[in-house]
Amino acid sequence: MIKVSKLTKEYGTRTAISEIDFHIKSGEIVGFLGPNGAGKTTTMRILTGYTPPTSGKAEIGGYDVIDQSLETRRIVGYLPETVPLYPDMTVFEFLMFMAQLRGTPNPEDRVDDVLEMVHMEDRAEGYIGNLSKGLRQRVGLAQALLHHPRVLILDEPTIGLDPAQIIEVRNLIREIGKEHTVLLSTHILPEAQQVCDRVLIINKGRIVAEDTTERLQARLTGAQRTQLRLRGNAADLVPKIASIPGVTNVVSKTDDTIEFESAPGQDMRAEAARRVVQANYDLLELQPTGMSLEEIFLQLTQDEVAPPSIDDTAVVESF
Amino acid sequence: MNNIWIIACREYKHFFINPIAYVLIVVFLLTLGGFLYLDIAFAAQTQQFTPNLQRTFQLFVFPLLFLAAPAITMRSIAEENRQGTLELLLTAPVTDWQLIIGKWLGSFFFFLTIIAITLIYPIILNNLITPGIDQGLMLSGYLGIILMTAALTAIGVCVSSFFSHQLAAFFASLGVVILLWVIGSPAQLTTGSTADIFRYLSITDHFYQVFMIGIIKLDSILYYLSLTTLALFLGSVSVETRRWR
Repeated sequence: MIKVSKLTKEYGTRTAISEIDFHIKSGEIVGFLGPNGAGKTTTMRILTGYTPPTSGKAEIGGYDVIDQSLETRRIVGYLPETVPLYPDMTVFEFLMFMAQLRGTPNPEDRVDDVLEMVHMEDRAEGYIGNLSKGLRQRVGLAQALLHHPRVLILDEPTIGLDPAQIIEVRNLIREIGKEHTVLLSTHILPEAQQVCDRVLIINKGRIVAEDTTERLQARLTGAQRTQLRLRGNAADLVPKIASIPGVTNVVSKTDDTIEFESAPGQDMRAEAARRVVQANYDLLELQPTGMSLEEIFLQLTQDEVAPPSIDDTAVVESF
Repeated sequence: MNNIWIIACREYKHFFINPIAYVLIVVFLLTLGGFLYLDIAFAAQTQQFTPNLQRTFQLFVFPLLFLAAPAITMRSIAEENRQGTLELLLTAPVTDWQLIIGKWLGSFFFFLTIIAITLIYPIILNNLITPGIDQGLMLSGYLGIILMTAALTAIGVCVSSFFSHQLAAFFASLGVVILLWVIGSPAQLTTGSTADIFRYLSITDHFYQVFMIGIIKLDSILYYLSLTTLALFLGSVSVETRRWR
């Protein structure tokens, strides 16, 4: 649905994004992760036709975002980061205005529909200027949904919301994601984990990783880690777990916990549980551990600090 | 076409959900009505002249329209830009020129509303004097005012598209208007074709010496129309280049 190849955007001498490539399939919910200033908003603005790229190509639903800008804009719904709205219009007026601009048939019915989707039917006649941040966010989302967009691009959709609202918006996005292709940016990692099928990690204008959250975790740790907690002395059980084929690195971390690794994709939990019970231990807890997305993120986006070079000192000495 | 209309309607309605429109209408009517009343009273007392609409037209253009056109159009694009709502408009399936023309039409229609209300003055005057007012003068005067309004609002919208600050846009378009006003002055110092060019460029000469005194001239009509077109063209170019920044 979205195809991006070698996309570059320069603002004067500053390069915002540099030759990024990615594909998003129809119906996917993809998270765009990166620290502030990594190029998330720039990429989204190119995809929505707000700003043209310096070089490279981007296609949405088969339309080129530059040459067929109007066609692309017709199938894309966009929620900009700042959620720009007209404070002196009522929610209904604003949505009517946007629906008409987008050429939605039966705009009034459609506005009622999207208001229902974001649970704001009762605020339709209220002025946007009087709405809380969370409600404004929902109006922004409603606006992006008006024209049944095939692709939804959401720039930091949960920023500035309280926890209850965040959960609500996430649920809404998941719901929307059942029918639409969604690209959302965030720097809240659990959000990406909960909502997205796949994440793209971007740093300093380059895509540094692209995979499902599970696979990213597995790839970076090199293995899946599982932790067992049981009643009794854990150390005695270590050899029994270690004898399961495919299990490596069995360690007893504390008196009552054991941690082991297995190859990615191989689920050893059932077998491990059986062994514990067969050995007459009580299994209290069994959970996959592995790197959190935060750790992955930090690892990928950290500046690579070059180790002090030996050559440099050698040169100095040779003088 | 439809998009232009939708944007123009929103722009037009905006004036009326704020006090701007009402304040401006009151100021226009008070000024024009006040001076017309003085004229009539003075004429009645001295019995030496017949009051006409020229003074009303003159006041309408300067100072009222010269100040009001930049003031009404200053926010048109600049405010959208500052609030970020320009991002919504530019990512909707609307072309840059549709946006500019829509914005301009909104402001232009607003002034047309004021102009329509001022029609009460010719009606009043027509009832007061015998044998009635000079209807040719009234027609040419109103035509001139409408053309002048089209040009001034187009300049205002165009200038507004260069800024993200309303007041900056206001003073800049006031500056452009003043420049187009004084540009006729050098014509008095020179002669020949240079003088003609300066005189042709003057936004006020085409009004004071043409429409206001009852003349309708094609080149003056063309002057205002081309000024409007040029301003709208520059405005849409400015919106387009804004995307690249």
